Amino acid sequence: MTGTQDMTDTVLWTVIIGLALGSFALRFLFLGVVGDRPLPRWLLRCLRYTAVAILPALITPLVLWPKANGGETDPMKLAAAGVTFAVGYLTKQVLPAVLAGAATLIVPALLF
Amino acid sequence: MTSSTTNRALWRGARDSLPFVFVAGPFGLLFGVVSSDAGLHVTETFFFSVSVFAGAAQFTALQLMQEHAPTLIVLISALAVNLRCAMYSAALTPHLGAAPMWQRAVGAFFIVDQSYALSIVEYENKPDMPLAEKWAYFTGTNVVIAPLWCCMTLLGSLVGAAIPESWSLDFAVPLAFTAIVAPMLRTPAHIAAAFVSVSVAILAAGVPHNLGLILAGLAGMITGAVVETEIERRTGRLI
Repeated sequence: MTGTQDMTDTVLWTVIIGLALGSFALRFLFLGVVGDRPLPRWLLRCLRYTAVAILPALITPLVLWPKANGGETDPMKLAAAGVTFAVGYLTKQVLPAVLAGAATLIVPALLF
Repeated sequence: MTSSTTNRALWRGARDSLPFVFVAGPFGLLFGVVSSDAGLHVTETFFFSVSVFAGAAQFTALQLMQEHAPTLIVLISALAVNLRCAMYSAALTPHLGAAPMWQRAVGAFFIVDQSYALSIVEYENKPDMPLAEKWAYFTGTNVVIAPLWCCMTLLGSLVGAAIPESWSLDFAVPLAFTAIVAPMLRTPAHIAAAFVSVSVAILAAGVPHNLGLILAGLAGMITGAVVETEIERRTGRLI
Protein backbone atom coordinates (compact mmCIF):
# COMPACT_ATOMS: atom_id res chain seq x y z
CA MET A 1 0.00 0.00 0.00
CA THR A 2 1.08 3.51 -0.75
CA GLY A 3 -0.24 7.00 -0.14
CA THR A 4 -1.14 8.58 3.13
CA GLN A 5 -0.29 6.27 5.98
CA ASP A 6 -0.74 9.05 8.53
CA MET A 7 -4.49 9.31 7.99
CA THR A 8 -5.22 8.21 11.55
CA ASP A 9 -7.85 5.63 12.48
CA THR A 10 -9.57 8.19 14.70
CA VAL A 11 -10.00 10.67 11.84
CA LEU A 12 -11.07 7.94 9.43
CA TRP A 13 -13.73 6.47 11.72
CA THR A 14 -14.98 9.89 12.79
CA VAL A 15 -15.49 10.74 9.13
CA ILE A 16 -17.09 7.39 8.23
CA ILE A 17 -19.53 7.43 11.15
CA GLY A 18 -20.25 11.16 10.87
CA LEU A 19 -20.87 10.83 7.16
CA ALA A 20 -23.06 7.75 7.59
CA LEU A 21 -25.26 9.46 10.21
CA GLY A 22 -25.29 12.81 8.37
CA SER A 23 -26.15 11.28 5.00
CA PHE A 24 -28.97 9.29 6.52
CA ALA A 25 -30.28 12.40 8.28
CA LEU A 26 -30.34 14.30 4.98
CA ARG A 27 -32.22 11.48 3.25
CA PHE A 28 -34.63 10.97 6.16
CA LEU A 29 -35.26 14.67 6.81
CA PHE A 30 -38.19 15.14 4.45
CA LEU A 31 -39.49 11.61 3.91
CA GLY A 32 -39.46 10.79 7.60
CA VAL A 33 -39.76 14.03 9.53
CA VAL A 34 -41.31 16.75 7.39
CA GLY A 35 -43.88 14.49 5.73
CA ASP A 36 -45.79 15.98 2.83
CA ARG A 37 -46.06 19.53 4.16
CA PRO A 38 -45.02 22.03 1.45
CA LEU A 39 -41.47 23.38 1.61
CA PRO A 40 -40.19 26.88 0.92
CA ARG A 41 -39.14 27.16 -2.71
CA TRP A 42 -35.87 28.98 -1.96
CA LEU A 43 -34.76 26.01 0.12
CA LEU A 44 -35.38 23.45 -2.63
CA ARG A 45 -33.73 25.85 -5.04
CA CYS A 46 -30.49 25.96 -3.05
CA LEU A 47 -30.47 22.19 -2.48
CA ARG A 48 -30.68 21.65 -6.24
CA TYR A 49 -27.31 23.33 -6.85
CA THR A 50 -25.19 21.93 -4.03
CA ALA A 51 -23.55 19.12 -6.02
CA VAL A 52 -22.68 21.28 -9.05
CA ALA A 53 -21.35 23.94 -6.66
CA ILE A 54 -19.10 21.76 -4.47
CA LEU A 55 -17.73 19.15 -6.90
CA PRO A 56 -16.21 21.58 -9.49
CA ALA A 57 -14.47 23.44 -6.64
CA LEU A 58 -13.06 20.15 -5.39
CA ILE A 59 -11.81 19.09 -8.85
CA THR A 60 -10.31 22.43 -9.96
CA PRO A 61 -7.08 22.37 -7.90
CA LEU A 62 -6.60 18.63 -8.56
CA VAL A 63 -6.73 19.26 -12.32
CA LEU A 64 -4.74 22.52 -12.39
CA TRP A 65 -2.05 21.69 -9.85
CA PRO A 66 -1.77 17.87 -9.56
CA LYS A 67 0.21 16.70 -6.50
CA ALA A 68 1.96 13.90 -8.43
CA ASN A 69 3.57 16.60 -10.60
CA GLY A 70 4.69 18.59 -7.55
CA GLY A 71 1.87 21.08 -8.06
CA GLU A 72 3.00 21.96 -11.60
CA THR A 73 0.33 22.14 -14.32
CA ASP A 74 0.50 19.08 -16.58
CA PRO A 75 -0.77 19.68 -20.15
CA MET A 76 -1.64 15.98 -20.60
CA LYS A 77 -3.78 15.90 -17.48
CA LEU A 78 -5.39 19.19 -18.42
CA ALA A 79 -6.24 17.74 -21.84
CA ALA A 80 -7.60 14.53 -20.29
CA ALA A 81 -9.86 16.53 -17.96
CA GLY A 82 -11.01 18.68 -20.92
CA VAL A 83 -11.89 15.62 -22.99
CA THR A 84 -13.72 14.02 -20.04
CA PHE A 85 -15.74 17.18 -19.52
CA ALA A 86 -16.59 17.61 -23.21
CA VAL A 87 -17.70 13.99 -23.67
CA GLY A 88 -19.67 14.03 -20.41
CA TYR A 89 -21.39 17.29 -21.27
CA LEU A 90 -22.28 16.24 -24.83
CA THR A 91 -23.34 12.64 -24.17
CA LYS A 92 -24.80 13.29 -20.66
CA GLN A 93 -23.26 9.95 -19.71
CA VAL A 94 -20.63 9.23 -17.10
CA LEU A 95 -18.91 6.11 -18.41
CA PRO A 96 -18.04 7.25 -21.98
CA ALA A 97 -16.68 10.46 -20.44
CA VAL A 98 -14.35 8.73 -18.02
CA LEU A 99 -13.17 6.24 -20.68
CA ALA A 100 -12.42 9.04 -23.17
CA GLY A 101 -10.50 10.96 -20.51
CA ALA A 102 -8.50 7.91 -19.44
CA ALA A 103 -7.68 7.14 -23.09
CA THR A 104 -6.40 10.71 -23.59
CA LEU A 105 -4.03 10.18 -20.68
CA ILE A 106 -2.93 6.61 -21.40
CA VAL A 107 -2.79 6.22 -25.20
CA PRO A 108 -0.06 8.86 -25.88
CA ALA A 109 1.99 7.43 -23.00
CA LEU A 110 1.87 3.98 -24.66
CA LEU A 111 2.63 5.31 -28.15
CA PHE A 112 5.60 7.54 -27.39
CA MET B 1 -54.22 -4.34 -6.13
CA THR B 2 -52.70 -7.80 -6.07
CA SER B 3 -49.28 -9.06 -5.09
CA SER B 4 -48.56 -9.90 -8.71
CA THR B 5 -48.88 -6.27 -9.85
CA THR B 6 -46.65 -5.29 -6.93
CA ASN B 7 -44.13 -7.90 -8.02
CA ARG B 8 -44.27 -6.60 -11.55
CA ALA B 9 -43.52 -3.08 -10.31
CA LEU B 10 -40.51 -4.44 -8.41
CA TRP B 11 -39.12 -6.16 -11.49
CA ARG B 12 -39.83 -3.13 -13.68
CA GLY B 13 -37.77 -1.02 -11.25
CA ALA B 14 -34.94 -3.55 -11.35
CA ARG B 15 -35.00 -3.70 -15.15
CA ASP B 16 -35.05 0.09 -15.51
CA SER B 17 -32.03 0.35 -13.22
CA LEU B 18 -29.84 -1.91 -15.39
CA PRO B 19 -28.15 0.92 -17.37
CA PHE B 20 -26.86 2.22 -14.02
CA VAL B 21 -24.92 -1.03 -13.61
CA PHE B 22 -22.35 0.58 -15.92
CA VAL B 23 -22.04 3.59 -13.61
CA ALA B 24 -22.25 2.04 -10.13
CA GLY B 25 -20.06 -0.96 -11.06
CA PRO B 26 -16.96 0.89 -12.33
CA PHE B 27 -17.26 3.63 -9.69
CA GLY B 28 -17.58 1.13 -6.86
CA LEU B 29 -14.48 -0.61 -8.20
CA LEU B 30 -12.64 2.72 -8.47
CA PHE B 31 -13.59 3.72 -4.93
CA GLY B 32 -12.23 0.42 -3.64
CA VAL B 33 -8.97 0.80 -5.57
CA VAL B 34 -8.46 4.47 -4.61
CA SER B 35 -9.18 3.90 -0.92
CA SER B 36 -6.85 0.92 -0.86
CA ASP B 37 -4.24 3.21 -2.45
CA ALA B 38 -4.92 5.76 0.31
CA GLY B 39 -4.10 3.14 2.93
CA LEU B 40 -7.58 2.00 4.00
CA HIS B 41 -8.03 -1.65 4.93
CA VAL B 42 -10.55 -3.81 3.12
CA THR B 43 -12.93 -3.83 6.10
CA GLU B 44 -12.71 -0.03 6.46
CA THR B 45 -13.45 0.51 2.77
CA PHE B 46 -16.34 -1.95 2.79
CA PHE B 47 -17.89 -0.45 5.92
CA PHE B 48 -17.46 3.03 4.41
CA SER B 49 -19.50 2.04 1.31
CA VAL B 50 -22.14 0.05 3.15
CA SER B 51 -22.82 2.66 5.85
CA VAL B 52 -22.51 5.89 3.87
CA PHE B 53 -23.80 4.54 0.53
CA ALA B 54 -23.08 7.70 -1.49
CA GLY B 55 -20.28 7.53 -4.06
CA ALA B 56 -19.59 11.20 -4.71
CA ALA B 57 -19.57 12.06 -0.99
CA GLN B 58 -17.25 9.10 -0.27
CA PHE B 59 -14.77 10.22 -2.95
CA THR B 60 -14.94 13.78 -1.58
CA ALA B 61 -14.21 12.67 1.98
CA LEU B 62 -11.38 10.39 0.90
CA GLN B 63 -9.74 13.11 -1.21
CA LEU B 64 -9.92 15.72 1.58
CA MET B 65 -8.61 13.28 4.21
CA GLN B 66 -5.60 12.66 1.98
CA GLU B 67 -5.07 16.42 1.78
CA HIS B 68 -5.14 16.49 5.62
CA ALA B 69 -8.09 18.84 5.68
CA PRO B 70 -9.56 19.37 9.19
CA THR B 71 -12.13 16.67 10.04
CA LEU B 72 -14.92 19.23 10.30
CA ILE B 73 -14.19 20.51 6.76
CA VAL B 74 -14.15 16.92 5.47
CA LEU B 75 -17.58 16.28 6.97
CA ILE B 76 -19.12 19.60 5.88
CA SER B 77 -17.86 19.23 2.29
CA ALA B 78 -18.92 15.61 1.87
CA LEU B 79 -22.33 16.29 3.41
CA ALA B 80 -22.73 19.33 1.14
CA VAL B 81 -22.19 17.02 -1.83
CA ASN B 82 -24.97 14.87 -0.37
CA LEU B 83 -27.42 17.73 0.21
CA ARG B 84 -29.04 16.84 -3.09
CA CYS B 85 -30.31 13.67 -1.38
CA ALA B 86 -32.38 15.93 0.89
CA MET B 87 -33.92 17.42 -2.25
CA TYR B 88 -34.64 13.91 -3.58
CA SER B 89 -36.19 13.02 -0.23
CA ALA B 90 -38.43 16.09 -0.45
CA ALA B 91 -39.48 15.23 -4.00
CA LEU B 92 -40.31 11.61 -3.15
CA THR B 93 -42.27 12.46 0.01
CA PRO B 94 -45.63 13.22 -1.73
CA HIS B 95 -45.44 9.72 -3.31
CA LEU B 96 -43.99 7.60 -0.51
CA GLY B 97 -44.81 9.65 2.62
CA ALA B 98 -47.98 7.75 3.52
CA ALA B 99 -46.06 4.55 4.36
CA PRO B 100 -45.36 3.43 7.95
CA MET B 101 -42.37 4.99 9.71
CA TRP B 102 -40.13 1.88 9.57
CA GLN B 103 -40.61 1.66 5.82
CA ARG B 104 -39.83 5.35 5.32
CA ALA B 105 -36.71 4.99 7.47
CA VAL B 106 -35.43 1.99 5.50
CA GLY B 107 -36.37 3.60 2.18
CA ALA B 108 -34.64 6.88 3.08
CA PHE B 109 -31.31 5.07 3.35
CA PHE B 110 -31.64 4.00 -0.29
CA ILE B 111 -32.34 7.47 -1.72
CA VAL B 112 -29.53 7.93 -4.28
CA ASP B 113 -29.26 9.48 -7.73
CA GLN B 114 -30.57 6.51 -9.69
CA SER B 115 -33.39 5.43 -7.35
CA TYR B 116 -34.70 9.01 -7.20
CA ALA B 117 -34.35 9.73 -10.92
CA LEU B 118 -36.05 6.50 -12.04
CA SER B 119 -38.82 6.56 -9.42
CA ILE B 120 -39.85 10.18 -9.90
CA VAL B 121 -40.25 9.63 -13.66
CA GLU B 122 -42.28 6.47 -13.06
CA TYR B 123 -44.57 8.19 -10.51
CA GLU B 124 -45.16 11.17 -12.76
CA ASN B 125 -45.99 8.91 -15.71
CA LYS B 126 -48.37 6.79 -13.60
CA PRO B 127 -50.03 9.10 -11.07
CA ASP B 128 -52.63 6.47 -10.11
CA MET B 129 -50.06 3.95 -8.95
CA PRO B 130 -51.03 2.55 -5.49
CA LEU B 131 -48.63 3.15 -2.60
CA ALA B 132 -47.50 -0.49 -2.43
CA GLU B 133 -46.56 -0.48 -6.12
CA LYS B 134 -44.69 2.80 -5.74
CA TRP B 135 -42.65 1.25 -2.95
CA ALA B 136 -42.11 -1.91 -4.97
CA TYR B 137 -40.78 0.10 -7.91
CA PHE B 138 -38.49 2.16 -5.65
CA THR B 139 -37.19 -1.04 -4.05
CA GLY B 140 -36.66 -2.53 -7.50
CA THR B 141 -34.40 0.35 -8.53
CA ASN B 142 -32.10 -0.64 -5.66
CA VAL B 143 -32.12 -4.46 -5.63
CA VAL B 144 -29.41 -4.72 -8.29
CA ILE B 145 -27.50 -1.45 -7.86
CA ALA B 146 -27.05 -1.37 -4.06
CA PRO B 147 -25.46 -4.85 -3.69
CA LEU B 148 -23.42 -4.22 -6.84
CA TRP B 149 -21.99 -0.96 -5.44
CA CYS B 150 -20.94 -2.67 -2.20
CA CYS B 151 -19.50 -5.78 -3.90
CA MET B 152 -17.53 -3.79 -6.48
CA THR B 153 -16.11 -1.62 -3.68
CA LEU B 154 -14.98 -4.78 -1.92
CA LEU B 155 -13.47 -6.17 -5.12
CA GLY B 156 -11.67 -2.89 -5.87
CA SER B 157 -10.26 -2.83 -2.37
CA LEU B 158 -8.97 -6.40 -2.72
CA VAL B 159 -7.33 -5.90 -6.13
CA GLY B 160 -6.20 -2.35 -5.29
CA ALA B 161 -3.39 -3.55 -3.06
CA ALA B 162 -2.00 -5.56 -5.99
CA ILE B 163 -1.94 -2.62 -8.43
CA PRO B 164 1.64 -1.39 -8.96
CA GLU B 165 2.48 2.18 -7.97
CA SER B 166 3.69 2.93 -11.50
CA TRP B 167 0.07 2.95 -12.72
CA SER B 168 -0.33 6.32 -10.98
CA LEU B 169 -3.99 6.35 -10.07
CA ASP B 170 -3.72 9.87 -8.67
CA PHE B 171 -5.62 11.34 -11.59
CA ALA B 172 -8.47 8.81 -11.55
CA VAL B 173 -10.43 10.77 -8.94
CA PRO B 174 -10.43 14.16 -10.74
CA LEU B 175 -11.39 12.40 -13.99
CA ALA B 176 -14.19 10.46 -12.31
CA PHE B 177 -15.55 13.63 -10.68
CA THR B 178 -15.38 15.54 -13.96
CA ALA B 179 -17.34 12.73 -15.60
CA ILE B 180 -19.94 12.88 -12.81
CA VAL B 181 -20.36 16.67 -12.94
CA ALA B 182 -20.43 17.31 -16.71
CA PRO B 183 -23.76 15.49 -17.32
CA MET B 184 -25.30 17.39 -14.37
CA LEU B 185 -24.98 20.70 -16.22
CA ARG B 186 -28.46 20.55 -17.74
CA THR B 187 -29.58 24.18 -17.38
CA PRO B 188 -27.96 27.65 -17.59
CA ALA B 189 -28.36 27.84 -13.79
CA HIS B 190 -26.33 24.64 -13.30
CA ILE B 191 -23.64 25.91 -15.70
CA ALA B 192 -23.46 29.28 -13.92
CA ALA B 193 -23.18 27.56 -10.52
CA ALA B 194 -20.32 25.35 -11.74
CA PHE B 195 -18.53 28.28 -13.42
CA VAL B 196 -18.65 30.44 -10.27
CA SER B 197 -17.58 27.46 -8.19
CA VAL B 198 -14.47 26.89 -10.36
CA SER B 199 -13.63 30.64 -10.39
CA VAL B 200 -13.87 31.02 -6.62
CA ALA B 201 -11.90 27.78 -6.14
CA ILE B 202 -9.02 29.26 -8.19
CA LEU B 203 -9.15 32.66 -6.46
CA ALA B 204 -9.41 31.08 -3.00
CA ALA B 205 -6.76 28.40 -3.60
CA GLY B 206 -4.53 29.95 -0.91
CA VAL B 207 -7.18 30.04 1.83
CA PRO B 208 -6.10 27.69 4.65
CA HIS B 209 -7.88 24.54 5.94
CA ASN B 210 -9.59 23.92 2.56
CA LEU B 211 -12.05 26.68 3.48
CA GLY B 212 -11.82 27.88 -0.14
CA LEU B 213 -13.87 24.79 -1.03
CA ILE B 214 -16.67 25.87 1.31
CA LEU B 215 -16.57 29.44 -0.03
CA ALA B 216 -16.68 28.20 -3.63
CA GLY B 217 -19.53 25.82 -2.78
CA LEU B 218 -21.61 28.56 -1.15
CA ALA B 219 -20.92 30.98 -4.01
CA GLY B 220 -21.88 28.34 -6.59
CA MET B 221 -25.05 27.38 -4.74
CA ILE B 222 -26.24 30.98 -4.40
CA THR B 223 -25.40 31.61 -8.07
CA GLY B 224 -27.46 28.61 -9.18
CA ALA B 225 -30.47 29.69 -7.08
CA VAL B 226 -30.25 33.33 -8.25
CA VAL B 227 -29.91 32.42 -11.94
CA GLU B 228 -32.85 30.01 -11.68
CA THR B 229 -34.99 32.73 -10.06
CA GLU B 230 -33.99 35.20 -12.77
CA ILE B 231 -34.76 32.77 -15.62
CA GLU B 232 -38.16 32.01 -14.08
CA ARG B 233 -38.92 35.71 -13.71
CA ARG B 234 -38.06 36.38 -17.37
CA THR B 235 -39.70 33.39 -18.99
CA GLY B 236 -42.56 33.05 -16.51
CA ARG B 237 -42.18 29.30 -16.28
CA LEU B 238 -40.50 26.81 -14.05
CA ILE B 239 -37.31 25.04 -15.05
